[in-house]
Amino acid sequence: MAAIPDHDVVHGADHAHDHHPTGLMRWLTTTNHKDIGTLYLWFSFIMFLTGGVMALTIRAELFQPGLQIVNPEFFNQLTTMHGLVMVFGAIMPAFVGFANWQIPMMIGAPDMAFARMNNWSFWLLPPAALLLITSFFAPGGAAAGGWTFYPPLSVQMGIGMDMMIFAIHILGASSIMGSINIITTILNMRAPGMTLMKMPMFVWTWLITAYLLVLVMPVLAGVVTMLLTDRNFGTNFFNAAGGGDPVLFQHVFWFFGHPEVYIMILPSFGIISEVIPAFSRKPLFGYSSMVYATASIAILSCIVWAHHMFTAGMPVVGQLFFMYGTMLIAVPTGVKVFNWTATMWRGSMTFETPMLFSIGFIFLFVIGGFSGVVCAIVPIDVQVQDTYYVIAHFHYVLVSGSLFAIFAGAYYWLPKWTGHMYDETLGKWHFWLSMFFFNLTFFVQHFLGLAGMPRRIPDYALQFADFNMISSIGAFGFGMTQLLFLYVVLKCIRGGAKAPQKPWEGAKTLEWTLPSPPPYHTFETPPVVK
Amino acid sequence: MSQEANQEASHYYVPAPSPWPITGSLALLFMGFGAALSVNRIPLGYGLLATGFAILIYMLFGWFGTVARESESGKFNKKVDKSFRWGMSWFIFTEVMFFGAFFGALYYMRMHSVPDLADVEQKALWPDFTGEWPTAGPGITEKFMPMGPWGLPALNTLILLTSGVTVTWAHWALKLNKRGQLKLGLFLTFALGFLFVGLQAYEYGHAYSEMNLKLSTGAYGASFFMLTGFHGFHVTVGSIMLFVIWCRVLKGHFTPENHFGFEGVAWYWHFVDVVWLGLFIFVYWLI
Repeated sequence: MAAIPDHDVVHGADHAHDHHPTGLMRWLTTTNHKDIGTLYLWFSFIMFLTGGVMALTIRAELFQPGLQIVNPEFFNQLTTMHGLVMVFGAIMPAFVGFANWQIPMMIGAPDMAFARMNNWSFWLLPPAALLLITSFFAPGGAAAGGWTFYPPLSVQMGIGMDMMIFAIHILGASSIMGSINIITTILNMRAPGMTLMKMPMFVWTWLITAYLLVLVMPVLAGVVTMLLTDRNFGTNFFNAAGGGDPVLFQHVFWFFGHPEVYIMILPSFGIISEVIPAFSRKPLFGYSSMVYATASIAILSCIVWAHHMFTAGMPVVGQLFFMYGTMLIAVPTGVKVFNWTATMWRGSMTFETPMLFSIGFIFLFVIGGFSGVVCAIVPIDVQVQDTYYVIAHFHYVLVSGSLFAIFAGAYYWLPKWTGHMYDETLGKWHFWLSMFFFNLTFFVQHFLGLAGMPRRIPDYALQFADFNMISSIGAFGFGMTQLLFLYVVLKCIRGGAKAPQKPWEGAKTLEWTLPSPPPYHTFETPPVVK
Repeated sequence: MSQEANQEASHYYVPAPSPWPITGSLALLFMGFGAALSVNRIPLGYGLLATGFAILIYMLFGWFGTVARESESGKFNKKVDKSFRWGMSWFIFTEVMFFGAFFGALYYMRMHSVPDLADVEQKALWPDFTGEWPTAGPGITEKFMPMGPWGLPALNTLILLTSGVTVTWAHWALKLNKRGQLKLGLFLTFALGFLFVGLQAYEYGHAYSEMNLKLSTGAYGASFFMLTGFHGFHVTVGSIMLFVIWCRVLKGHFTPENHFGFEGVAWYWHFVDVVWLGLFIFVYWLI
């Protein structure tokens, strides 16, 4: 971990030239990593609420058996867009927002390496979101083939699918520029003395995540391009009559898709690895093993994609390879979980909101990890494929994993960003209500899935009624709880107790050597890391 | 990952607020909606697409112009130069991955899905399909001729490899400050690039009119046109980039020590060169 430099790193000169346009033009033209980080975080929260409304409509329909609220076609659009909006609109931009705010401050850099391109990476997101959202109003509605948009279904759909394809192209361009920016910033702009193995864990996880992004986002662009030409220009990539194969789509899609799920979890590992040591008042246990474990997870994530396709038809040797490969990921992931636990061991622990979300993360992410190992076992996967078991599994890693880590990070750094302490009582309420309602929503879905309830279907057999009702009640509770988070954040921005330079006594990284809130430009003269 | 650039770090150039990125976003907003409507043959889409493209061109002129001025006025130190190098390297890596998806699709169809469709299990459905490459698949019976490697494609290989030599020759000249040789080398390079694109267009016309080889010609047609098409697009973009660098050279830009703009484009040019070799072997030659 980086040591705190022993001299004051903020010079008066830093404040001399933070003139910038005001009002809307400030945000449209900004090249400041803090401004852009803020934009990313607000955008992702708006998308989180948008995707959340879709989720609640889905749960409202599933509150009781039968068709009550939406017709099946619209239901399919909702499940598809909920997934796309949450993955590409909420979770990924939120982590890029953290990266923008934190990486330059944590490595002692004046800004991101490519400050103008950084602006473009963000401002490509609203056009893409607009394409996605307005596709609901296009003839035939939004894309409705699931967020994985498998052909032949996705080849047959209307203009909404084309809008989704171009939205993904734009989102991909944004992600590629963002990740190249992050790689370059980390490799080239660290403060003197900050060797790679002194970087904060959050920076390490983002470096590895950015490598995954440059590896797989172009492949996603390739596969949606093939889909586009199959739909509109007569190619036969996914058409058996022309010598192609719908399964080809699945291979290429999941070559992107599986690393993608690690793109959404590795930065949260980074956040947790910052928060746990801070509130345990101990250095992170096994720092170097954390780095190697992160890299191992990233490498393994690139060679396990076909575990999403066990039921699509595959030779037994292939099934075994992908099964064992997938299970192998549990090893480095286990290293991380044990390291976090060992960091807490005999620590002088306190339980402020970021710490609560981090411990909640470890507890629930491990459940999601275990159900992932269950899904990796071929004969079991054949049973649970496309059931609510899978829904439960990936919401345990994406909601109580990625999202809880985002909350942990937000509470951890809000005092630094806003200069005010958030309301600790309300923060704790936010955690406990989220914890309760999340489990109410998703734990029962394991049972639904094992009993055979299929995903992406608006109606279900009577025996699933009770658990679905419980799940829907939980979902609405979880949704309402997030409005509490919005209130806490707004309250924190508008006022509250003045945050000191370093509100968390166990925090060690460079951003805590800056005032709260930090000046517009920081570390124009880099600090020296001992 | 150098630590030696410390003494310059306080001067890392962070640009002031800029109108260009948001202009580019506006362009892609128009292009996204325009393209979605255009591929569905809705006339409004063509106008939106053209508008978006025009805005994009305007943005590229403005943005790159700004960067070139900043470079010439000496705002970029060694550390900024290093950022450009990392950035361009990883950008080219993403391009490799993009082509990787299409090469992967080619190998998959050729080695897996096509032989599988000729397998004994599929005999009931397609009894006459033999699965020999090149093929349009079992369901497309229209006859076509495959594109052989010798002739135009071989000539194009020679052209691109020669252009790789001329761009290196120009680079040597730049380093030795021989501006005449630099101008000639760059001119030859983008001229060969445009010649390549022209010959490729001629080949496409020939394929469509004489050989009945189309984008819709099954697995072979799709992989042939998508791979060579995206490559041709990259050669076009690369040639335009070389042309821009040539114009900058004519204006007196670049010094023997400081010319990353030139080098970045040269890297890109070598990349399209290498992709072509892959195409020549796997798309043209091994059929």
